Amino acid sequence: MKRFITGNHAVAEAARLCRPQIVAAYPITPQTPIYEKLSDWDAAGELGGTMMRVESEHSAMAVCLSASLAGARTFTATASQGLALMHEMLHFAAGCRTAVVMAVVNRTLAAPWAFWSDQTDSLSQRDTGWLQIYCENNQESLDTTIQAFRIAEEIKLPIMVVLEGNFISHFMEPVEIPEQHMVDGFLPAVCLPRRFDVDNPGYAIPTVTQQQFRKYRKLSQEAMEHSLEVIEQVDTEFAAHFGRSYGLVEAVDCEDAELVILTTATITSTARVALAELRAEGLKVGLFKLRIFRPFPTAAIRAVLDKAPRIAVIERNISLGREGIFCSEVKAALINSSGHPRIQGYLAGIGGSDVNPKLIKRIAHHALETDMVQDGPLWMAEDE
Amino acid sequence: MMKMKTRPVEVLRRGHMACPGCGLSLGMRMVLRAMGPKMVGVVVPSCVAVTSGPFPYTALGVPAFHSAFEIAAPTAAGIAAALKEQGKEDIPVLAFAGDGGTFDIGLQSLSGAADRNENFIYVCMDNEAYMNTGIQVSSATPRYTWTGTSPTGNPRRKKQIMEIMAAHRMPYAATASIAFPEDLTRKIQKAKAMRGTRFIHMLSPCTTGWKIGEDMAVKVAMLSVETNVFPLYEIENGLSYTITYSSRNLPVEKYLMAQGRYQHLQPDQIQAIQAETDRAWVDLQGRAAKRKEEL
Repeated sequence: MKRFITGNHAVAEAARLCRPQIVAAYPITPQTPIYEKLSDWDAAGELGGTMMRVESEHSAMAVCLSASLAGARTFTATASQGLALMHEMLHFAAGCRTAVVMAVVNRTLAAPWAFWSDQTDSLSQRDTGWLQIYCENNQESLDTTIQAFRIAEEIKLPIMVVLEGNFISHFMEPVEIPEQHMVDGFLPAVCLPRRFDVDNPGYAIPTVTQQQFRKYRKLSQEAMEHSLEVIEQVDTEFAAHFGRSYGLVEAVDCEDAELVILTTATITSTARVALAELRAEGLKVGLFKLRIFRPFPTAAIRAVLDKAPRIAVIERNISLGREGIFCSEVKAALINSSGHPRIQGYLAGIGGSDVNPKLIKRIAHHALETDMVQDGPLWMAEDE
Repeated sequence: MMKMKTRPVEVLRRGHMACPGCGLSLGMRMVLRAMGPKMVGVVVPSCVAVTSGPFPYTALGVPAFHSAFEIAAPTAAGIAAALKEQGKEDIPVLAFAGDGGTFDIGLQSLSGAADRNENFIYVCMDNEAYMNTGIQVSSATPRYTWTGTSPTGNPRRKKQIMEIMAAHRMPYAATASIAFPEDLTRKIQKAKAMRGTRFIHMLSPCTTGWKIGEDMAVKVAMLSVETNVFPLYEIENGLSYTITYSSRNLPVEKYLMAQGRYQHLQPDQIQAIQAETDRAWVDLQGRAAKRKEEL
């Protein structure tokens, strides 16, 4: 059934359809409507499971990771300061090899205070051991949430489903909401190890030696690497069930492109419009959407971009003192490429400022016409 | 025929990692023995976690989770909620945390869980400082006490954690002492039979941090009760106080002078501690008397 709903509503629908046993959450703009929607269903007896209205995001993650270790399917959602407050718990949830699924609604991190989309909050959690999937629109946010439970429970690592504040969280789009039996057919009942068995007692997460710590980190890294296959396989199965799939990455018109615009999340959908106009101008421009950020899909990127002459990374985040985080990661992925692509980072949309087709076209022209590549980022904005 | 007496099942096994003469490990042993092996344990960074042992060894004879410092309560809540979803509500969850993990860094998450009346037993093993990291002052450290970070004596009073917990109007909160095992066992068993958030505050003499002999933990614990420094009582629903042991009202000096951490005290400081202890004891008796009137 197709309904005209916000991205937050879409994520909440997906979470409900996945029958989470434990939902623990705390309000924060712009995530709160997910929490409210789930609370409505909980009050109406339509959510099932246990809903815990905790006193902080930190405790929300503490509850989810503990319940996941006990074998329960768990879900939470947060944003911005709430995600930053969770930081310690994020490392812990991943190190414990839990299967927590969390929607992260990108929002600026203070200071200064603001409420708009900025990916620095989730990207700051890059090294926590969580998988991160960046969604382009409301439908993808719903679909990715359903996929996330399958992936997390198979590889036993937690996943962030990342959607941008306002642009996805509060904008309404027609979204296909699957029937419950369809989701049940795709996502079986939870079958996680139950770590706390009174008949077979064990001590979870004890203190280990240097060698043991190294061994566990290596196992987590191997699980991360393996998860790329799992993500693709789950996506393929999802397509068979629901007729939609997204891939690790998406390449549009990249074969003959002299310039590839590389984007994530909502800038991608705007870039699709700009791309059509740039092609109409006769310019050989392609578009590359990065969907999976952790694990980083290096092979999928290299398969398309190894020989791309120029790449313009347009993004809505910054690692202060360096550049946009996606740009750094893409540069590192292509460092051994035979084609030595010239990669220029463009900071657009920081703080939620508008990235419209006109701005993207301006960036494309700049990238095509400039011979020198700057090591640092270029700030580009609609009003400059 | 002579009746055979069976020993109770020891859940805390031999070979644990506590210091010799540790009061806390005795407390853990008594609590776990009273709980029995059918439970899930939560430990957080504290002397309890050290006592539980490093991989691949563990002294705990129950399934347990070494969780993070400040989340003993939400960890227990999460496990209890998951067990309920799995139809195993009969398996109790018990969390151990130290005074730092309870009075300081874990207070917010404990308050949240108690406010929601999550279903677990929380045992605070209070050795009155950060002992696991080597004797630093916490908000459970009493006034004038020496620690590594209060070298001239702690200027602050000990935080009244029982009053804070009672203010949540939680089903059950009680103090317990290793020197009074019957009282301790009865309280654990009473807590076990209840639902919701249940809190046990146990004073756990620390041979290293309190500068007492390896044979002194139980004696010092006994003196803490007999001098009314640490009275034994319970609070039901946050309002109904019952004193569970009538002390001998010994002077606090007897308790203080048994410990190296108080050897620097001046007579006026000892008098101040006595006065404060007397005030608190009268106040507690008043609360308990109010309950008797109501009955």
